[in-house]
Amino acid sequence: MASSARAPHIVGVGQSAYTRWGGIQDRSQFRITAEAIVAAARDAGLPVSAIDGLTSFSNDSNEGPVMQAALGIPDLRWSAMVWGGGGGGSCGAVSLACAAIESGQAEVVVAYRGLCQGQGRRYGRAAPTRTHGSFIAPFGLFAPPQMLAMMVQRFMHLYPITQDHLAEVALSFRANANRNPLAVMGDRTLTKEQYLASRWIAEPLRLYDCCLETDGAAAVIITTAERARDLAQQRVEVLASAHGSGAGWSTGPLGSQNMPDDTYASTNNRRLAKELFASAGLTPADIDVAQIYDHFSGMVLMALEDFGFCGPGESGDFVAEGNIRHDGGKLPLNTSGGQLSEAYVHGVNLIIEGVRQMRDTSTAQVADASTCLVTGGLGVAPTSAILLGRN
Amino acid sequence: MALFPETMPRPEPDMDDAPYWEACARRQLRFQSCGVCGLLRHPPAPICGGCHSTEVTWVTAPAEAEVFSFTVIHHASHAAVADNLPYVVGLVTFPGLPGVKLVTNITDIVPSEVRIGMPLTLWWDDIGDGMYLPRFRPA
Ligand SMILES: [Zn+2]
Repeated sequence: MASSARAPHIVGVGQSAYTRWGGIQDRSQFRITAEAIVAAARDAGLPVSAIDGLTSFSNDSNEGPVMQAALGIPDLRWSAMVWGGGGGGSCGAVSLACAAIESGQAEVVVAYRGLCQGQGRRYGRAAPTRTHGSFIAPFGLFAPPQMLAMMVQRFMHLYPITQDHLAEVALSFRANANRNPLAVMGDRTLTKEQYLASRWIAEPLRLYDCCLETDGAAAVIITTAERARDLAQQRVEVLASAHGSGAGWSTGPLGSQNMPDDTYASTNNRRLAKELFASAGLTPADIDVAQIYDHFSGMVLMALEDFGFCGPGESGDFVAEGNIRHDGGKLPLNTSGGQLSEAYVHGVNLIIEGVRQMRDTSTAQVADASTCLVTGGLGVAPTSAILLGRN
Repeated sequence: MALFPETMPRPEPDMDDAPYWEACARRQLRFQSCGVCGLLRHPPAPICGGCHSTEVTWVTAPAEAEVFSFTVIHHASHAAVADNLPYVVGLVTFPGLPGVKLVTNITDIVPSEVRIGMPLTLWWDDIGDGMYLPRFRPA
């Protein structure tokens, strides 16, 4: 794909300030999303009018055609959204964009997500309209931490995964955030003692095992290799992209939890991961740095196994050996602080950090990194991932 | 007295799952099975994912179940559960019913003593207005 003139590249990234939940009250969610798109175009060195494709996910309420008019985009040639709640579709939106770029249906696509939870219904709050909601809400299963805690519990039952391993994920990502001045938790350190003293949300998840709740918006711009060549930034190739779901997942843990026995305690990425690596001609050993969707610490451990960085049940040992740390780890993870400590913009901030790593501009830069895995929301349906390469 | 207060969300039956809730109202736990190939499915769905028949039959679950997974919830994500903290949500399976997992509550136990694989027994919780919900306690 690399030789193709239409090979998809990320050429621009933009974001709003990230604040804690409810922190943005003076500007609308739509406004900060539009501003993030303009920032991404500026970063790419492209006029906003060059954008001809719009994509998002998670039922984003900043509707494409409305955004087109607001930004004065003259011709919208393509727009689409990935089904599903949560961040499962974050990299899926990029995969849609890649398909549009490669096929020639669009030239410059922006994938975006904006959410100001203080301005609408707080994300994850009980909603009667949730698919299969009748099978969970009357039993007190309301919010994603509770829903995914059930999967992490099963995972910890099947394998030698302990609270210490969950803590290592939370502490590693916080240490990365402490290097990132734009992270919501940039100036807040976290110790193992603080972690262990923190309150349970839904066992086995404590407060610090759960992602932040953020107001913010983020956008990335994808175009062809040919067009990327003439632009301002170090271009970052999307070596492979995929989204999808395994058999029988339906709405997965966000619905009735009736996934098959053998994939219940998984990220729903096992097939997808194999196909993703094969499509790029890479193996997990070729990956220099990764941004793994960290809604909950335990799901990151599962992902290390499902994406083949270690064997089944080995993720606890893998992190205990320091492998995910920025300083000296063989697979530094979530180098901006991730969604546990940078911001929770449904994973688009992770895509932006993947691009920064490929541009050598991360605040926790991995030396000579030339490949980065970014995943979408894990253990939901659909889920998604992309592989980025320096080019 | 019901496990949760009256303000707790109630089932909102739709065209595809109404027979399940009608059985619950009669204190019968029944799962949907394909009328042609017998494949079990839950939640109820209007078509068989195996043979694509729309014929259905209903299979009565045994009163015994087993914990497949669970979580002890300490944070009230809905005002109705504020006085129930901590409470246990369980995902349970049934002998002879492959493909069926049911989200429910595990009651009458200290939450820290719940274990995956623990045997359970069904009880029916009267939530008023003629509706009952299946919940479980240690066998
Ligand atoms: Zn059938």
